[in-house]
Amino acid sequence: MDTKPIHFDEMLAAEGSVRAPYHAYEAWFSKQNPSRLKAKSKDAEAFFRRTGITFNVYGKEAAQERLIPFDLIPRIISSREWTKLAKGIEQRVRAINMFLYDIYHRQEILRAGIIPTDLIAKNDAFLPQMIGLTPPGDVYTHIVGTDIVRTGEDDFYVLEDNARTPSGVSYMLENRETMLQMFPELFSQNRVKPVSDYPKNLRKSLAACAPPNCTGKPTVAILTPGIHNSAYFEHSFLADQMGVELVEGHDLRVVDGHIAMRTTKGHKQIDVLYRRVDDDYLDPLNFRPDSMLGVPGIMDVYRAGNITITNAPGTGIADDKAIYSYIPDIVEFYTGEKAILRNVETYRCAEPDALKYVLDNLAELVVKEVHGSGGYGMLVGPAASKKELADFEQKLRSNPANYIAQPTLSLSTVPIFVKKGLSPRHVDLRPFVLVSPNGIEITPGGLTRVALQEGSLVVNSSQGGGTKDTWVLEE
Amino acid sequence: MLGKTAGGLYWMFRFLERSENIARLIEAGFRIALTRSNDTASDWKSVVTTAGVRRGYDAIYDSYTSENVVDFLLRDTRNPSSAITVIDKARTNARMVRTALTTEVWEAVNENWMAMKKALKSPIPDTELPALLGEVRRHSALVRGALHGTMLRNDNYDFARIGTAIERADYTARIIDVKYYTLLPSANFVGSPLDNVQWETVLRSVSAHRSFRWLGDGEMTSSGIAEFLILDSRFPRSLYFASKTLRELLAYLAEDYGERHACHDLIDEQVANLRQHTIRSIFDEGLHEFISAFIRQNNALGAQIEQDYRFNK
Repeated sequence: MDTKPIHFDEMLAAEGSVRAPYHAYEAWFSKQNPSRLKAKSKDAEAFFRRTGITFNVYGKEAAQERLIPFDLIPRIISSREWTKLAKGIEQRVRAINMFLYDIYHRQEILRAGIIPTDLIAKNDAFLPQMIGLTPPGDVYTHIVGTDIVRTGEDDFYVLEDNARTPSGVSYMLENRETMLQMFPELFSQNRVKPVSDYPKNLRKSLAACAPPNCTGKPTVAILTPGIHNSAYFEHSFLADQMGVELVEGHDLRVVDGHIAMRTTKGHKQIDVLYRRVDDDYLDPLNFRPDSMLGVPGIMDVYRAGNITITNAPGTGIADDKAIYSYIPDIVEFYTGEKAILRNVETYRCAEPDALKYVLDNLAELVVKEVHGSGGYGMLVGPAASKKELADFEQKLRSNPANYIAQPTLSLSTVPIFVKKGLSPRHVDLRPFVLVSPNGIEITPGGLTRVALQEGSLVVNSSQGGGTKDTWVLEE
Repeated sequence: MLGKTAGGLYWMFRFLERSENIARLIEAGFRIALTRSNDTASDWKSVVTTAGVRRGYDAIYDSYTSENVVDFLLRDTRNPSSAITVIDKARTNARMVRTALTTEVWEAVNENWMAMKKALKSPIPDTELPALLGEVRRHSALVRGALHGTMLRNDNYDFARIGTAIERADYTARIIDVKYYTLLPSANFVGSPLDNVQWETVLRSVSAHRSFRWLGDGEMTSSGIAEFLILDSRFPRSLYFASKTLRELLAYLAEDYGERHACHDLIDEQVANLRQHTIRSIFDEGLHEFISAFIRQNNALGAQIEQDYRFNK
């Protein structure tokens, strides 16, 4: 096996010994017949196709459905590592909610000069419509997917906060189901913390955020842009698992000051709407007038306290890549504590010194669009051709404020199953966090995304990434 | 349940039923082509007419050959009622209403789509046609089986079955409409082997050639066939049976919701109308007129159900 000592491998230490969390797994793996594993891997793919666990790829021929490749080697996290991660994530999510409350109310953090006023005022993700509006329980970001990368034994970094509409949780759940079906014996040999309570917890968490005007048992629904959306499978999966209706904009309208869905028996009131539609499309009367995906007037219902929208509109201001670099300060400002999880060093290209540094060192850096997501419009310096670098330099110079840059991190690796056996690939981790007035809940583990190309650092499913089941071991 | 979900279930099962009927229609047409050596263009033409896609076909082809018709009805994505189009539409509707389906129903409809997309990738040679058509019918039956075996008997189930019944009634009526002249009593006097082939084709297109023989002691008359297709209370694809089923399903909904709609009056009328008639009185009134009126009524009923149960905005 080729181990490159410069990367931290989570399973195998440099001298070839197996790290503690993987002991039991490795003992099992070494006894497996590779051809049986290969067959299992094929089974898994057929299972995903049959059950329709697919995502749509944009930009290819009309919304093609693709599978996210699943790798059968689990990513294993020790209880000790998880405890630290969970603490750090909780602190960060708490601070982000306090930041959002502040930024839409008194803006103390701007007064204190911690964040430049322009960064908020001139940011498209900042919604003036939200000023002075207080969502139930002061919760803005109910569902978070914090992207974490690892570079060493104890070195964890937050890469992105994904506070608006994180996706991928359905893969976390289906990956575990698949592993349980394929290798039940592994779960008697390893004590793995369960993840299957997520849909139940999500429903409880959403119901706990019902608006104060809602007196009975709250009705929850999921709002999807429709079957052509890249994450449609997840929307229908979550609705199904929670036992709530999956609605589209044209199913909804305002009736007597409430949001109601059109049923076969007339209109039925909704109290909590878990929307998987972007802010801009949420309400054609208040945002983009051409949007067909939202509900005309929903913002007025929201303002009147007759519906809870999760995540709250305007939440994007907290996971904007330009704000990202300030998160450690934000954590400290609101909690009075040092941030437990580190940030990746970030150059804000809007600042002239930073821009100069970025242009001088483009080939070593990762450059991202401030508002981009899904790995689109991103430059990975070390992997880019001369022409790509030159083209990107042009883009940077013409609109520097649209970009941030980060050093290329030496992401940890976890082996994947290939023809020859095991081969290391870079991974990241997206744990899923639920926030309600009752507290913050983090499902142990999350979604591990893996760059299937040897040496590649891009883990996005839209760019050839795969996923792994993620285990957090009991103590 | 959401109006959209009711509509999705209804259309999902209409499209599945249609895929199955297209397979039957081609099977019957193919059989004629095999058993008759002379010109089969007019038979293929009536197949295209029954499928309701004459205009689309004529826009592409100049003549009715078995090769072109089969390809157009099975594989052509320009044809809104081709097998591949309706199987895709059935699955799209299933994806839309995924939360209202059991895993088994969803997997059956998804597998149907995967298998058929693969099977219909390239033109189907005659040697493989019978097996493929069987496959189309089998997949649709698997979805229906999963529906019956796993779904709760609630409004979801009712709307799915209403879609099947409406499509069934429409299809059988259209077969009669296109072939009505071979079913007129005067056709008996013609009595040539050619007409026997025509009758058998009609029966085969609704998978009833065997059941008809069982019931009719082997005797085949045009009015006997017409009566069987229109008024029989045991044959699941007769107009009467499909209408009776619709009335039953709509009655469940009325009871479940505690509310009657305009569609309930329409179906009561439709069933009463069929009950009042004998095959004699239908012929007296004019078979063609009777069937045309039925097709219109059945369409109106479908539209009324869509409206009463708020399928659309």
